[in-house]
Amino acid sequence: MKRIKTLQTKDLKNSAKNGGCGECQTSCQSACKTSCGVANQKCENKKG
Amino acid sequence: MIHQYKLDGYNIVLDVYSGSVHVVDDLAYDVIAAMDSGTDEAQIVADISLKYGEDEAEVRECIDDVHELKAQGKLFTEDPFAGLAPKLKHRSKDIKALCLHVAHTCNLNCQYCFASQGKFHGERALMSFEVGKQALDFLAAHSGNHRNLEVDFFGGEPLMNWDVVKRLVLYAREIEGPLNKNFRFTLTTNGMLLNDEVIDFCNEHMHNVVLSLDGRRKVHDRLRKDYAGRGSYSRIVPKFQHFVEKRGDKSYYMRGTFTHFNTDFTKDIFHMADLGFTELSMEPVVCAPGDPYALTEEDLPVLYEQYEILARDMLRRAREGKPITFYHYMISLDHGPCIYKRLSGCGSGTEYFAVTPWGDLYPCHQFVGDEKYLMGNIWDGVTNSALEDEFRDCNVESRPECKDCWARLYCSGGCAANAYHAGGNINAIYEYGCKLFRKRIECAIMLQAAMAEL
Repeated sequence: MKRIKTLQTKDLKNSAKNGGCGECQTSCQSACKTSCGVANQKCENKKG
Repeated sequence: MIHQYKLDGYNIVLDVYSGSVHVVDDLAYDVIAAMDSGTDEAQIVADISLKYGEDEAEVRECIDDVHELKAQGKLFTEDPFAGLAPKLKHRSKDIKALCLHVAHTCNLNCQYCFASQGKFHGERALMSFEVGKQALDFLAAHSGNHRNLEVDFFGGEPLMNWDVVKRLVLYAREIEGPLNKNFRFTLTTNGMLLNDEVIDFCNEHMHNVVLSLDGRRKVHDRLRKDYAGRGSYSRIVPKFQHFVEKRGDKSYYMRGTFTHFNTDFTKDIFHMADLGFTELSMEPVVCAPGDPYALTEEDLPVLYEQYEILARDMLRRAREGKPITFYHYMISLDHGPCIYKRLSGCGSGTEYFAVTPWGDLYPCHQFVGDEKYLMGNIWDGVTNSALEDEFRDCNVESRPECKDCWARLYCSGGCAANAYHAGGNINAIYEYGCKLFRKRIECAIMLQAAMAEL
């Protein structure tokens, strides 16, 4: 597309099928300890 | 739902429910905005072609592209997850993470400490090995099929109970193999008691270490003092540098807190970078609104600008081959969390608990000391079922304010403790935190768009 560049992103709808294993890090266990932000957790499920 | 914004020369369009991110030119930016507002397409063609001096065919082509993206499920996606969030947290009662309060005492007397100098508004105490061991057994027994179990040694200052920390780690190493579990330990420390023995043990066993430093000497020493009133900067910085140097490529974070006194907090982040640290985190202070160091509404525009400065400087450093990491800008667009995580939130009070030195369970470390939030203990498990239900029902859909927020799948409704402290219940929101969060996500995604061009 000439005017629109789409970045490679995870398909959230698809992740509903294979996600939910729960092996990812708990949000507050990493560095923040005072503000939840799940977006910066990495997925640990290769299918997810 | 979409969200559009312009930042540092990038026009970004987020499609909330697919997670798609588009970088567009000015014409497409306006076309998408007009289509989102329901403007008639013939009108869009007329308006935009006039505004940009382009042929109508150019605008029509752009509209066709938008329709194609919509058909691909990458733009104007309707919410396919409505009603899913409440069910998710009832699927399982497994627990996968504990915050072990091994020391309710501290060798520093930081003015802004949410844990009231480690005591969490109670008595000073150290966790015994027996209590810690039971906590690890409790976690393993209630973790179902989860393999990765996270344990954070927290306080107060956990190094004030170092022998127990070591014994607990070695105990976990004994039991994890036979149980097919993998304990991932984190230690959060103020650095005062670091020595080579501690460093070497941590570098062998701690999956992550969080090292508390607020940045510039004068900023750090203003609030992070010992009981004699002396700043701690000069005593901890050389130890942290030694620690990180020996740590190699293992995970760590230098974690600072910024307050009303240092709204120019990027100077503190850059100071950390100048000291040789590359994995950085800087958090807004959590405190009562009347505290002298509390962030104010007037601070907000300054903070927004600071987050932009940070993103810009991180890009410059990356271009120069000397990147730094900022925790809140770590967003993996293609390998981030699945929708289950994004809807459910942090897991406090359901899959994550804090354990006091006496073995009591609280939803997370920020609730410890507030008796209303006592959930049970590590011998009897979670016994406060009303509270358990309340946390199980707390998710991105349980907060009406989040319904129309574009960032809802990035924060999943936010921090329950912040919500409680700001709004009186865990399903409230902490609006000030939301504003900062949204700004951080905008910067983080812009940074991703810019990095994709490197």
